[in-house]
Amino acid sequence: MYRARLNGPDDFDGWRQAARTFALAGTAPADIVWQCGDADDLFATDEPPPPAEAAAFFVPRTFVELAETAILHRDPERFALLYALLIQSRDRPASLEDRADPLVRRVEGLAKAVRRDLHKMRAFVRFRELATPDGPRFVAWFEPEHHIVRANAGFFVRRFASMRWSILTPEISIHWDGETLSEGPGATCQDASENDPVEQIWKGYYAAIFNPARLKIGAMLSEMPRKYWRNLPEAALIPELVAGAQAREAAMIATPPTPARPKITHHGNAATAWHALREEAMGCTRCPLHRDTTQTVFGEGPVDARLMFIGEQPGDQEDLAGRPFVGPAGRLFDQALEEAGIDRGRTYVTNAVKHFKHERRGKRRIHQTPETPDIQACRWWLTQELELIQPRIIVALGATAGRALLGKAVTINRLRGAPIALENKVQGWITVHPSYLLRVPDEAHKVEERTRFVKELRHIGEQLKALT
Amino acid sequence: MTALCTRQKLEILADAAKYDASCASSGTAKRDSASGRKGGIGSTEGMGICHAYAPDGRCISLLKILLTNSCIFDCHYCINRRSSDVRRARFTVREVVDLTLNFYRRNYIEGLFLSSGIIRSSDYTMEQLVAVARSLREEHDFRGYIHLKTIPDADPELAHQAGLYADRLSINIELPTEQGLRKLAPEKDKRRIEAAMAGMRDAIEDGADASRRYAHAPRFAPAGQSTQMIVGADQADDRAIIRQASSLYGRHKLRRVYYSAFSPIASPSSVLPLKRPPLMREHRLYQSDWMMRFYGYSAQELESATDPETGCLPLDIDPKLAWALRHRDVFPVDINRAPREALLRVPGLGVKAVERIISSRRHRRLRLDDIARLTRSIAKLRPFLIASDWRPVQLADRLDLQRRPASPDAQYELFR
Repeated sequence: MYRARLNGPDDFDGWRQAARTFALAGTAPADIVWQCGDADDLFATDEPPPPAEAAAFFVPRTFVELAETAILHRDPERFALLYALLIQSRDRPASLEDRADPLVRRVEGLAKAVRRDLHKMRAFVRFRELATPDGPRFVAWFEPEHHIVRANAGFFVRRFASMRWSILTPEISIHWDGETLSEGPGATCQDASENDPVEQIWKGYYAAIFNPARLKIGAMLSEMPRKYWRNLPEAALIPELVAGAQAREAAMIATPPTPARPKITHHGNAATAWHALREEAMGCTRCPLHRDTTQTVFGEGPVDARLMFIGEQPGDQEDLAGRPFVGPAGRLFDQALEEAGIDRGRTYVTNAVKHFKHERRGKRRIHQTPETPDIQACRWWLTQELELIQPRIIVALGATAGRALLGKAVTINRLRGAPIALENKVQGWITVHPSYLLRVPDEAHKVEERTRFVKELRHIGEQLKALT
Repeated sequence: MTALCTRQKLEILADAAKYDASCASSGTAKRDSASGRKGGIGSTEGMGICHAYAPDGRCISLLKILLTNSCIFDCHYCINRRSSDVRRARFTVREVVDLTLNFYRRNYIEGLFLSSGIIRSSDYTMEQLVAVARSLREEHDFRGYIHLKTIPDADPELAHQAGLYADRLSINIELPTEQGLRKLAPEKDKRRIEAAMAGMRDAIEDGADASRRYAHAPRFAPAGQSTQMIVGADQADDRAIIRQASSLYGRHKLRRVYYSAFSPIASPSSVLPLKRPPLMREHRLYQSDWMMRFYGYSAQELESATDPETGCLPLDIDPKLAWALRHRDVFPVDINRAPREALLRVPGLGVKAVERIISSRRHRRLRLDDIARLTRSIAKLRPFLIASDWRPVQLADRLDLQRRPASPDAQYELFR
């Protein structure tokens, strides 16, 4: 029997060094007694192990991470279990991945308990403020289940770097002075400070945030077991809160209801007819398209605009932004208007269909061309927009817009380039939709089409000047 | 009326805030006070921490309060509505900041979740919320977690500032259907709420994009946005709720949708009579939410787990089991061969158990007792899987399959 001495219950480095020496010497797990401190074992000797048989060996990185955590467990067998696992992963490095292996399972279980304890310490440490000659100091008393205090110190340093604090536990105490971390011997709960007025406010909060109508004691106990209660100030309130819960809930249900008050109407600037129309359109359910979209995308621009553009329908970006022509096609449209010398700020832009018709493929929404019923349903809004704005020239961008404007199927190439006389001396024009320009596959053709589009716009701009 | 002290105000304003289910403090950027500029306080390390649990089983991670419980709106489900006769209180910005820091220094909380009733105007209210966050971050160098409730009608510039100080922003969708919202929250508008969410999504994505490219770009709401729906106040069935949630996740890239069982309030409205909260229904909806987010079920698939008549998920069994019972042709699944997606659909196998099974089966053919070591309960699983020493010949077609894995409901009643 060999003896391996460790400096403390969480002495991972000591364990690592001893384990390496024994493993190189080929010592069997059963031949080692692991000891912390100076305790004596009747059968063990301090004889050094036989010299190394092999020069070095390697184990997976995951073993080291697992061992660093599991060694903090209070189970006295942990050192021997980890040594057995070390030998096993040296001989069969892949065996760590075999989670059904009983030894791996056992050590994983230790590590899991330690991780939970580390987490609960971060959650349940409660500081009390103590006035000292050098300013306030925050002192906590905590009783961890495993040997985790040293391993957890870093968390409290990172969180409370600018505070001076101490955490006292039965085995060890740690102190932070704003610069360095120091360790002291274990303490008792009497060593922690007694009273802190903020604790009363915290208890008031705890009682107020509890909803008596949803009592679920089991859920509370599984996450905050009774063993932690004695060091949590708020836990003293639990029995009282639970006892009163049913009566409070019954009283709420028995309270006579109060009637609703009439809606507040917003006075102020008289909303224009257009604003009212837009507001109404925002809640439009005239066709099923509204169901899977974010919002109605209504027209935009000055109400006295003389030039009006009608597009097809909002796209993905327009649907999210709630404004027409803001996507890629919209940007191209803006550039073209600028090149043609038309001020976008003085034109009204809208769409034949005000909701985004699409098909969901995975996480993406793919554009779908609106059909006659969609255009028909939305014409209600377009007609009213036309009546309100009363433009002198209306430009339909694309076949859908052409159909909405003229009420019949149109062939763009046949109607393009010449004005169409509409009612009340209004001039109609039909041209391509800017998104078409984005889709032309051939580069040279694309440039050609774009030039043609700008030229048409410029011509329309000149017409508008001539008309007014 | 006498002036209220901080503790009394806190009790009124925490009581008014408790109907917001969210209390998460996870998933934000890593920060701490030991590095960088000196003098700050606080840290966030990815994993949220629940510092206490109330007897309602909910975690207390953040100081969850309203700035004021006065409100110009009259939403019938809300305790703070205009026509309610609860006692009103209002915190100053300074009071909230001090309270947050005092609680944080004692390790009571991870940070602040601040919301407010609407007073004067949406913009004014939002300005006050932003002022609290600004003071915490800039004057006190607070590096803990901040969650701000955003007001849909407020100026987008204010929402933008909120995102620069807060880890998470949220806007409540309130009710799953538009009809419900119109009836119970007449002054709120679904379109405006959704438009604000869409704007938020854009801002969050732009922010994330900038931080990827420039190390010093300001972080915009690194923990994303979330929302909450009240369950059981209107007529919407689970199918409608699931569809709405899936649509919200898809369109606005929400981190979480919270479901809140409509719970009796101190001063009820005549439009909405009070009854006990449908807690089990809420639980089933959370399970269905998890199935969508972590188990690869689509909203349509989940709808097939609902009862064809009522449109709701069964209360006596969990939705994953309900789905499996409607799709018996998919089972049993061979634990040694099936792909991850198929394993995730076995009722009783969680994400971690599936990881363990996949990792182990590279090294051995799994037998039933191996699986028992890797999972919580083998009894529930057995009818749905094939192991090297097990094949459920008779069980799969048994008519009483539904009864067998279901846990006795008497246990649940005890805690109601």
